[in-house]
Amino acid sequence: MSLDAKTVTRIARLARIGLAPEEVNALRQDMGSIIDWVEQLNEVDVTDVPPMIGTGLAKPRLREDCVTDGNRRDDVLSNAPDREGPFYTVPKVVE
Amino acid sequence: MSGIHDFTLASARDALKARKISAVELTNAYIDAIERLDGRLNSFITRTPDLARESAKAADAALAKGEGGKLCGIPLGIKDLFCTRGVRTTAASKIIGNFVPPYESTVTSNLLRDGAVFLGKLNLDEFAMGSANLTSAFGPVENPWKRKGSDAKLVPGGSSGGSAAAVAAGLVLGATGTDTGGSIRQPAAFTGIAGVKPTYGRCSRFGTIAFASSLDQAGPMARNLRDCAIMLESMAGFDARDSTSVDTPVPNYEAALSRGVKGLRVGIPREYHADGMPAEIEALWQQGIDWLRAAGAEIVDISLPHTKYGLPTYYIAALAEASSNLARYDGVRFGERVNHGGSLDELYEATRAAGFGDEVKRRILIGTHVLSSGYYDAYYLRAQKVRTLIQRDFLNAYENVDVILTPTAPSGAFAQDEKPTDPVQMYLNDIFTVPASMAGVPALSVPAGLDAHGVPLGLQLIGKFFDEETLLAAGHVIEQAASFNHRPTIHAGVSA
Amino acid sequence: MSYRITGNTGEWEIVVGLEVHAQVVSKAKLFSGASAEYGGEPNTHVSTIDAGFPGMLPVLNQECVAQAVRTGLGLNAQINLFSRFDRKNYFYADLPTGYQISQFAHPIVGTGKVIVDLADGSTREIGVTRLHLEQDAGKSIHDQDPTRSFIDLNRAGVCLMEIVSEPDIRSPEEAGAYVRKLRQILRYLGTCDGNMEEGSMRADVNVSVRKPGEDGFRTRCEIKNVNSIRYVMQCIEVEAQRQVQIWEEGGEVDQETRLFDHVRSETRSLRSKEDAHDYRYFPDPDLLPLIIEQSWVDELKAALPELPEDKRDRLEREYGVTRYESGVLVAEQAIADFYETVAKGADARLATNWMLGDFFAALNRTGRSIEDSPVSASSLRELLALISDSTINGKIAKEVLEDMVETGDSAAAIVERKGLRQVTDTGAIETAIREILANNADKVSEFKSGKDKLFGFFVGQTMKAMKGKGNPALVNEMLKKLLAE
Ligand SMILES: [Mg+2]
Ligand SMILES: [Zn+2]
Repeated sequence: MSLDAKTVTRIARLARIGLAPEEVNALRQDMGSIIDWVEQLNEVDVTDVPPMIGTGLAKPRLREDCVTDGNRRDDVLSNAPDREGPFYTVPKVVE
Repeated sequence: MSGIHDFTLASARDALKARKISAVELTNAYIDAIERLDGRLNSFITRTPDLARESAKAADAALAKGEGGKLCGIPLGIKDLFCTRGVRTTAASKIIGNFVPPYESTVTSNLLRDGAVFLGKLNLDEFAMGSANLTSAFGPVENPWKRKGSDAKLVPGGSSGGSAAAVAAGLVLGATGTDTGGSIRQPAAFTGIAGVKPTYGRCSRFGTIAFASSLDQAGPMARNLRDCAIMLESMAGFDARDSTSVDTPVPNYEAALSRGVKGLRVGIPREYHADGMPAEIEALWQQGIDWLRAAGAEIVDISLPHTKYGLPTYYIAALAEASSNLARYDGVRFGERVNHGGSLDELYEATRAAGFGDEVKRRILIGTHVLSSGYYDAYYLRAQKVRTLIQRDFLNAYENVDVILTPTAPSGAFAQDEKPTDPVQMYLNDIFTVPASMAGVPALSVPAGLDAHGVPLGLQLIGKFFDEETLLAAGHVIEQAASFNHRPTIHAGVSA
Repeated sequence: MSYRITGNTGEWEIVVGLEVHAQVVSKAKLFSGASAEYGGEPNTHVSTIDAGFPGMLPVLNQECVAQAVRTGLGLNAQINLFSRFDRKNYFYADLPTGYQISQFAHPIVGTGKVIVDLADGSTREIGVTRLHLEQDAGKSIHDQDPTRSFIDLNRAGVCLMEIVSEPDIRSPEEAGAYVRKLRQILRYLGTCDGNMEEGSMRADVNVSVRKPGEDGFRTRCEIKNVNSIRYVMQCIEVEAQRQVQIWEEGGEVDQETRLFDHVRSETRSLRSKEDAHDYRYFPDPDLLPLIIEQSWVDELKAALPELPEDKRDRLEREYGVTRYESGVLVAEQAIADFYETVAKGADARLATNWMLGDFFAALNRTGRSIEDSPVSASSLRELLALISDSTINGKIAKEVLEDMVETGDSAAAIVERKGLRQVTDTGAIETAIREILANNADKVSEFKSGKDKLFGFFVGQTMKAMKGKGNPALVNEMLKKLLAE
C-alpha cells in the first residue's frame, strides 16, 4: 500500500527535508512498501515482553562534576558555513 | 618492490620489528599502490600520503629504539565515518563533504597510540546506509573481484565497501569498519577478506559518526583473522566518553586464534535455511559444518525462532535512531548550507534536501514516520519488544552452544547495475547479519570459497557476549581448512 | 475568597498549572564537561558535544542527578530509583543536535507537594506531578543584524530541572506564591540559585478557565518562558480574560503555545497550527537507564540542609517568634542565619523586634541586601547587648545603629566616642528635673490640678535636657516623686 501524499509531505516537513512533487510520488511507493513489509511484526506476540533498551551489558555510569571541556571557540566555530564574530548565524528568526 | 603486497598485517609487523623493512618503505609501497589502482576502485575519499609518510618516519624512529606499539608502522585505511582530527571526515555525504573534525575518534586514537600509519579515509555508503556502496556522494566503490569472463563492475558490499575493497586489493594492510546490521561482515564476504563485528560496547563509539546508536559497532577488516585480532586488540577498550562502552579487560585476541574447536559446541540455526537460498550457499554452509566437525567441534541443531523478524525489526529500530541522529546536519554549525534567503525552516529543508542522498532521505523519512505520533507504539515500541525476543533467542541458544555458524550473505557480490530497485529486496542482503546486531553479540565473517562465477563467499560465526576469543578460534579453524588464497583481479601485488 | 473573573455570562474560575524550569547549580553541564557558569564570552562554554558535532556522545553528570534527588526530597516527593532519558525531537536554531535530551516517560522524581502561604494568612497545598532533568537550549540573538539571528550555545546543555505542578492553582496570587515558595526551597537546598533575571528560573504557565462547579477541564493554553513572578501573575490574568471572552462569544479556545508580551499586556500565539509539534520521543540510545541506589538517596537525605518549613517551626519554638515573624525570617536562608547569629544567647524578643524593625529599615534605606549588610550580625548583637545591660537606652540605640551603618564602627566605640552612655546617677537626674519644674511652674500647677497628660511633657523635657541619655525608668520614677512633692 502506498502512503498518501499528505502523509509523506507531513513526515518530510517534520524531518525538514524539502521534497519536489515527483520525489513525493516516488517516496509514496517506496515508503509504503517498506511500511507494509515491517508490518509483519504484528504477527509476533509481544505480550509482557519489555522493550529492549541497550544490550544490558554496560553499567550505568556517572561523570564527576568537573569542567573539563569548553573554551575552544575556534574549534566549535571552525566548520560553520556562516559566522559573525563569535556567533553562528541563521536567517532571522521572528518570534 | 614485488612481494611487499604479499605481507599480511602480522607478517609486516614482524618484518618491521626485525628491521627487514622500514615503515617508510612499506608506507610508500602502499601509497604507490593507491595511486596506481584507486583511481579505478574509488575506495578512498581522502588520501593522506604526506601525513602517512610523517607517521611512518616517526614509526621508524620508534622501532630503531626498540620501541613502538603493536601496530607501529602498519599502514591502515580508516572508514570515513571515524572522525580524524584535522583530516576531512565526510560520512560519504555531501552534507558534511568538507567537515574537518577538531577531535579524534577513540578507535582511531587507539590505533594511533599503537603506532599505526593512516593512509587516508575510505569510502562507504552515505552515513553507512547501504549494502552495496552505491549510495556514497563520492561515487560507488568497485569490488576488485571480477566474475569469470566478465568485466562487469561488481559491488564490494556495504556499508564498509571502501574498507573491504582497499583491503582486498592490497591498498592497505587493514581497515577500520563499522557494522550496524552487517556493514563489516557482508562486504568482507563480498571481497574475500575477514571482518569482525565485536560485541556492542567493546569498541567506543566516541567520535564515530552515528547511524544507529544502539547498533553501531566498530571493528577490524583485514586479509585474515590474525590481522583482525591484532587490530581489534588496539581498537577495543573501555571509554568513559561513551556511556554504552563496557568496562571489561581486552584479552590477547591473537593468542586465542590457535585454541582450536575441540569440544566446542557449534549451533546451526535451522531458521537460516532461507527460502530460495542458492544451492551454492547451502553447500558452502555444509562445508563449514564439516570443517568444524572434522576439527573436533560438536555440531548442534538449534532454533532462533524470531530470525525472520530480524530485518523488519532492524529497519524500524535503526531508522528511528538514524532519523534523530541525523537531525544535527542542518547547515548551521558545520557542513554545507543551502540558503535561498528564506526562513530558518526553508534553510533546513533546502540544506537537507541538497545535502542528503536519496537512500538517506528515504531512511530518515521512514524513521521519522515510525516515531511519529500515533505510530510509535505500533512500530517503534513493538520493534523494541521483538528485539528483546531476538536477543532472548540467542541467549537461549548459548545455553547449549558456544558459537553459531551461518552463511554471511545470501549471495556473492552482484554487479553495480544489478542492484534491486525495490528497497526491500536490497535490504535482504543483510538477512543473516542483522540478528546478531540486534542482539548485540559479536560475529565475524571469513572467506570460505568462491561461487560459480569465481566470486568470494563468506561464512559467519556468531558468538557469546564478549567472547570474541572463541569466535576467533572457530573462525581460524575455518580459515585454515578453507585455505582461501585466491586473489582478486585488481590487486596491488598482481598486474592489474 | 476565591478568585473569579466576571464575564457577561457570570463568573469564571481559572485553572493553572506551572512547569517551572530551574537551572541546576553545577560546575559542568548535564552531558558535557563545559562550564555551566552563567555568562561568559559567546560560544566559550561550549564543547563539541554541546554543539552537536558528529560522533559526539553524552555522559551524565552525577552532581546534576544528586541535585534533582535533593530537590525531590525537599518537595517531599517520590524519588524514582529507575529513570530514563528520552530524546525530544524538533528543529530549532538554538538546539544543536535537533533533539533535547529530557526525561519524558520515566522522570527521576514523581509526585510531591508544595505548601504555599497566602497573604490572608491561609495556606494551600499545590501538588507536584513530577520533576525531571533535561538540557537547556542555546540563545538566539535577534537584534544585531537586519537579516540574521546570531546563535550563542553557552547555555546549550546546561542542566535544568523541570518541575511540573498539578493544575491545582486557582488564582494569580497562588501562582506567584507557588513560584516564590519553590524558589525559596531550591535556594535553601542549593540546587538552583533562583535568579530569574539571569533565567535561572522560568515558567511555562498552563491556563484554562471554567465555570465554578464545572467538572473536568477546558482546553488550556501554554504561555512559554515567563521569567518573573510578576509576569507569571499578570499573564494568567490576561490569558484567562482572553479565554473567557472567547468562550462567551461562543468560540472555542485552541490548545496552543503562546507568549506573554508584558509591554502590551497580552498573550500572542507562538506557532501556527499547521506547524503542530510531533516530538517523536524515544529513549536516547546513547544513554543507559539511570539507576540509583536507595542508600545513596538516604545519604543525600541525611545531608540535606534545614528547609524553610522546619526552620520556621524551630524559630518559633526556640526564639518565641510569631508565625508571621518566622515567615519573614525564613524568606531567605541568609536572613534566617543572620537572625540566629543575633538572637542566639541574647534577648530573643529584642533581637526579633530590632531585626524586623530598625535593621530591615536600615537595609532598605541603604539599598543593601542581607548578604552585603553594612552591619554584621555580630555587630548588631553587640548593640543589642548594650541595650540589655542598660549601657544605652532604646532611643539612643537607634542613633547608634545609624552611626554604625554610616561609619562601620562598633556600637561600643560609637557610644564612647559620642558619650552616649545612659545616665543612671539619680542625683544628676534629680538636678535636671528640678530645673525643668522650676522653669515650667504654670505646667506644674496644671498637672497638679488634674491635667495628667502633662506627665509626658515633663518626661520629654527631661530627656531633652539630658540629651536623651537619661535612663527612662529612673526618669519616670523620679518625676513621679518630685511632682508629688
Ligand atoms: Mg513546557
Ligand atoms: Zn522542559
